[in-house]
Amino acid sequence: MTDARHNILERLRANRPATTPAPATYQKPLGWDREQRIASFVERMQAVRGEVHRIGDGDWMDWVNSELPSRGLRRVLVGRGDIGETVAGRHAAELDVRRYEEPIENWKDALFHDVDVAITGVRAGLAESGSLVLWPNPDEPRLMSLVPPAHVAVLSVDTLYENFAELVQAQNWAAGMPTNALLISGPSKTADIEQTLAYGIHGPKQLITLLVG
Amino acid sequence: MSTTSSSTSQDQSRAFHARIDDALHNDQMRTNFRRALTGIMAHRAKQFPDDAQLQALRDQARAVRANSLVRQPELLEQLERKLTENGIQVHWAENPQQANSIIRGILQAAGAKTVVKGKSMVSEETELNHDLEQHGIEVIESDLGEYIIQLAEEPPSHIVAPAIHKNRRDVAELFKRFHPEIPYTEDINELTNSAREILRHRFATADAGISGVNFAVAETGTLCLVENEGNGRLSTTAPRIHIAITGIEKVVEKLADVPPLLEILTKSATGQPITTYFNMISRPRQPGELDGPEAVHLVLLDNGRSRIRVDAELLDTLRCIRCGACINHCPVYVQLGGHAYGTVYPGPIGLALEPQRIGLDKVGTLTSACTMCGACGEVCPVRIPLPKLINRLRAEAVDGHPGQAGLPGHGSLRKSTEATTWKLWRLLYSRPGLYRLFAASATRLRALTPSKLGGWTRYRSTPKPAPRSLRELAKKEGFGND
Ligand code: SF4
Repeated sequence: MTDARHNILERLRANRPATTPAPATYQKPLGWDREQRIASFVERMQAVRGEVHRIGDGDWMDWVNSELPSRGLRRVLVGRGDIGETVAGRHAAELDVRRYEEPIENWKDALFHDVDVAITGVRAGLAESGSLVLWPNPDEPRLMSLVPPAHVAVLSVDTLYENFAELVQAQNWAAGMPTNALLISGPSKTADIEQTLAYGIHGPKQLITLLVG
Repeated sequence: MSTTSSSTSQDQSRAFHARIDDALHNDQMRTNFRRALTGIMAHRAKQFPDDAQLQALRDQARAVRANSLVRQPELLEQLERKLTENGIQVHWAENPQQANSIIRGILQAAGAKTVVKGKSMVSEETELNHDLEQHGIEVIESDLGEYIIQLAEEPPSHIVAPAIHKNRRDVAELFKRFHPEIPYTEDINELTNSAREILRHRFATADAGISGVNFAVAETGTLCLVENEGNGRLSTTAPRIHIAITGIEKVVEKLADVPPLLEILTKSATGQPITTYFNMISRPRQPGELDGPEAVHLVLLDNGRSRIRVDAELLDTLRCIRCGACINHCPVYVQLGGHAYGTVYPGPIGLALEPQRIGLDKVGTLTSACTMCGACGEVCPVRIPLPKLINRLRAEAVDGHPGQAGLPGHGSLRKSTEATTWKLWRLLYSRPGLYRLFAASATRLRALTPSKLGGWTRYRSTPKPAPRSLRELAKKEGFGND
């Protein structure tokens, strides 16, 4: 198919528009302080049926240990990072905690059918759109935030950015992207039948953010 | 003009009118469209409370897209270089046959028998599902809307909401027919839940995933996908192979271009501040990583796009980010629905894009499906001057100097009777004496006006000249000539 490549590029070069349009000007930051960021994040996330719990200076494991069993979310999946360590070391007896430590091929069926909830960390949050930003890695792989019916995300208030544009700039994403980067804004949803919103079509039905700090 | 091209243009016109007739007689479908589109328009309007901000965002999005089109060949090469460095394999296809055979080749080499697919309009252009199925590869559409129309064996009727023409009863009937094991329900939440259960098993077992691309970032070699359901993420993460297919115009220069495009795309498309998932893929699975596909491919499809660069005005068409807002706001689309157009892309963007991509001689009559109301041009997030483009294509279709602008099918819809009529009219109108004579006889002889005027009087009453012309009446009332 090198011919196709050559032909396409040749045609594009031959028909080059004469005008050079003006460069895009990017919008300025909103200048929100910490409380405004928190308020906007919570409002946006709740507007799309995401749950948010302010943990403040408290211990998010208390929430995990009291809430998950009472909601019937007993089979818990965690990764190998700090969050996983914490949950594995301190979880309530009613919870059955499994680590994601093998390649997916070895246990795909179990992941799809035998996990109730995954708990992961979050790289950052976006206040304006109410989004979680994840860079999955070997410690917390991609399918954790996607396959189990519920996802609990532990987000530090200190990592709340105004919006995606600010984050991409502040963390200089252009210098190197991970295998996969994600913005997650609420539980999975669809409006494909009569434009009526229905939640939990393919991804998690519940998205729970524990806002720490 | 050759006889073949004139008979093709008559055929296309006849076929189009037959589809319009069907659409206009399907009241249920028109109700479904009207209801759905009214809702979407209201949601969009709510996202833009401040007009100044909206206009600034449109300027920004327009500039991002326009710049990337000017530098398109260089950006495509950069994209290819970056993706290759990242371990993503890049393929180029000039036409649907090439694209399909590339994808089929990848799947066959890997022994893949089942594919889960995320939504991709470009794969509709190539009729990929049909091709793969003919070669014994099972394809399951996993977006709920796409899944519904796959069961119904219909093409999408809208580029964002493919099953927009179906109501809950239609969906319930389809599920009953294909999944009799599931209890019958017309409840939307229950139907959604059934789809989850049906498709979950497919994600867990499929050999490969196929998806579209919303933006391809040259700077970092990143494929961006916008979605709400999670089926796009599953299709691109759970199977061991991921193949993405996209049009060559989707490339953008830098990562910083993405946030404004994403914002205006989701707000314009469905009236959401952001979709549930924004998925950025830059590599296949790396050593030590525990999931994600081991191989990722990108197929770059031309299919008529590279020739839409005749001049700067036509090039504007390629700024499109496929939000569907022009379609949602089109008074013709709401009456006809998507299938009547007979092309992959319906509505205003279809009218502008398809005749350029496929040829005026093949689908040029589409441009008549426009009232010139201008709504599409006002909502387009990247400021494509759709009404102007449609008007220009109309003119090119009937222009008497074939081949001048290099558009395929230029002048092919020109009718000699129409051309003669307009020539006569010009003659009449440019000679005051002749014109007065014409006006006087038309008003005096109004009783002789035929009562049937072909297509015009099929849905309208016959127009009759007034007993006296406006000019005569004005003169009688004592107004001067000015
Ligand atoms: S032409 Fe404009 S409004 Fe229509 S789909 Fe494309 S970007 Fe959206």
